[in-house]
Amino acid sequence: MNLYEYQAKEIFKKYGIPVPEEELARNPEEAERIAQRIGKVVVKAQVLVGGRGKAGGIKLAETPEDARKKAEEILGMEIKGIPVRKVLVSEACTIKSEAYMGVVVDRKEKKPCVMVSPEGGVDIEEVARKSPEKIFKLHPDPVYGLLPHQARELCFKLYEDPKLAQEASSILLKLYKVFVETDASLAEINPLALTDKGLIALDAKIVVDDNALFRHPDIEEKREIEPGEEKEIKAKEHGLSYIKLTGNIGCVVNGAGLAMATMDMIKHFGGEPANFLDIGGSSSPEKVRAAMEILLSDENVKVVWFNIFGGITRCDDVAQGMVQALREMDVKVPVVVRLTGTNEDKGRKILEDSNLPVYPVASMEEGAKKAIELGGK
Amino acid sequence: MGVLVGKDTRVVVQGITGRDGSFHAARMKEYGTQVVAGVTPGKGGQEVSGIPVYNTVKEAVERHDANTSIIFVPARFAPDAIYEAADAGIKLIVTITEGIPVLDMMKVVKYLDERGVRLIGPNCPGIITPGECKVGIMPGHIFKKGKVGVVSRSGTLTYEVVYHLGVHGFGQSTAAGIGGDPIIGTKFIDMLELFRDDPETEAVVLIGEIGGTDEEDAAEYIKNTSYPKPVVAFIAGRTAPPGKRMGHAGAIISGGKGTAEEKIKAFENAGVKVARIPQEIPLILKEVL
Repeated sequence: MNLYEYQAKEIFKKYGIPVPEEELARNPEEAERIAQRIGKVVVKAQVLVGGRGKAGGIKLAETPEDARKKAEEILGMEIKGIPVRKVLVSEACTIKSEAYMGVVVDRKEKKPCVMVSPEGGVDIEEVARKSPEKIFKLHPDPVYGLLPHQARELCFKLYEDPKLAQEASSILLKLYKVFVETDASLAEINPLALTDKGLIALDAKIVVDDNALFRHPDIEEKREIEPGEEKEIKAKEHGLSYIKLTGNIGCVVNGAGLAMATMDMIKHFGGEPANFLDIGGSSSPEKVRAAMEILLSDENVKVVWFNIFGGITRCDDVAQGMVQALREMDVKVPVVVRLTGTNEDKGRKILEDSNLPVYPVASMEEGAKKAIELGGK
Repeated sequence: MGVLVGKDTRVVVQGITGRDGSFHAARMKEYGTQVVAGVTPGKGGQEVSGIPVYNTVKEAVERHDANTSIIFVPARFAPDAIYEAADAGIKLIVTITEGIPVLDMMKVVKYLDERGVRLIGPNCPGIITPGECKVGIMPGHIFKKGKVGVVSRSGTLTYEVVYHLGVHGFGQSTAAGIGGDPIIGTKFIDMLELFRDDPETEAVVLIGEIGGTDEEDAAEYIKNTSYPKPVVAFIAGRTAPPGKRMGHAGAIISGGKGTAEEKIKAFENAGVKVARIPQEIPLILKEVL
């Protein structure tokens, strides 16, 4: 789960990481009121995609009236297709220099990785590509965590002034604490700005491990469903994993790897998948029905293809769900069905006996071709 | 023969009284696996499909000489179950459980590494040496004894590939699903090493997917060690959008890293042929063997 900048900064504040004076606004009037209190401000679009600065989603405002005007502009815009619905009105700081601090999960080392760089304010991946020598990192022991001397070692590479280096290492230790205690897979300050008031986290990013949300109900509560995300959330409630794409072939698959391979195969033969959908291991008829509902609410979908390789998933369960869904719902698009694996004979028989208009296919390749033929391109 | 599991494998099933645990304990036993005991704390003394249940793994090991564990315990209790297996002297732990927090797994992996315990998974279908032993949830009947080692980050996609291998007469020495999470115990490289030293394995099929750099690392390993056996790869997720988690917790393209193109390129640079669709895999195998 990605947190918004303002949410991440709320957490930072709780942990004693210095952040600018700021407040969230959902309309221009609110922005004006906040600016009246703070003074000169930066109005920042709150969206979960990168590159908002380049897209014009961050604007300086000299006066409260100006803040209202800028908020009005930003609140109306779309950034990478996502409408901006809230802005952070944040104290404008005089910046002397910008650094980077981050903690991520290093999959290769199987440990956390703490990184700092004097090149802040830009995409850290960019720095990694262009000047990797400007990134300093180490891997703390996951059991003992980041030790103070390790934090100092990194931060003395950031600032020559020992007082600043100490200040930075105290912030880095707090950031590590945030990483651990929010079960983050990424916690980042970019930039960490040196201002006339000392070091301040001007921007913040936290990605929380979805698998750990069960122990962070307070974070789960912060979730704000974005337009377009409703279906993904509904899917999740039914134990399905769904991601909308732009094509017209809806697919229902068991298993994430097979679901990806299914999308790839549709594309390989010249079609366009409408979605990624993994119905997971155990598939009750209810789940299959929920999957159909989600797919068919996408008006781009012109054909539905079930690609099931039964393991834990039993083909008869899927067939039953399909029959139930097709009988109760008004399904106007053709349905292609590939059932292989556990209880495939039972599954096929259920479909045959139902006399429903489905197109059975014997293999994944045949399924892809049939779906493309029926769904058009 | 095969690797990691075989005729000498003696399995304890942790979480055996649960829905999945009891179902798959019975399937493994039917397959011919020596399932010697089960563990569910508080349910010691019961039986599941004729398998005795104990309160602790330690007891199961002492009474039945179990050397391998398979874990069906729910995510929030699974790390403790893994620690328990390691402390009881189990040397191979297969964790089927999906949804274990990443920070927990980093500690678990370190604990096991320090004790020389091997972990397969988590979030995996398990491992099978056809005709000998199945420690997992895969449909046993599609696997056939043979000479191809299979290693995969996915479950059902493995079945799909194995099915096509079977159609063309390729059996498997061992097939391992290593898991779809960001932090896993056994990686592609570890399996490649095991297959290299296994006299029965003549070729390896590697099934990867987007996210992380394990495939790139495997490609580099193959190149640097002049890997002595042919490897055929398949990468799922060529059409996956960036920034979205594709079902598996580990299947996400982040910051432009972890794309299928990069992985395919890495393999091709290492001289590994990459199939574009699963049914191409046996055809390529025929060419290289």
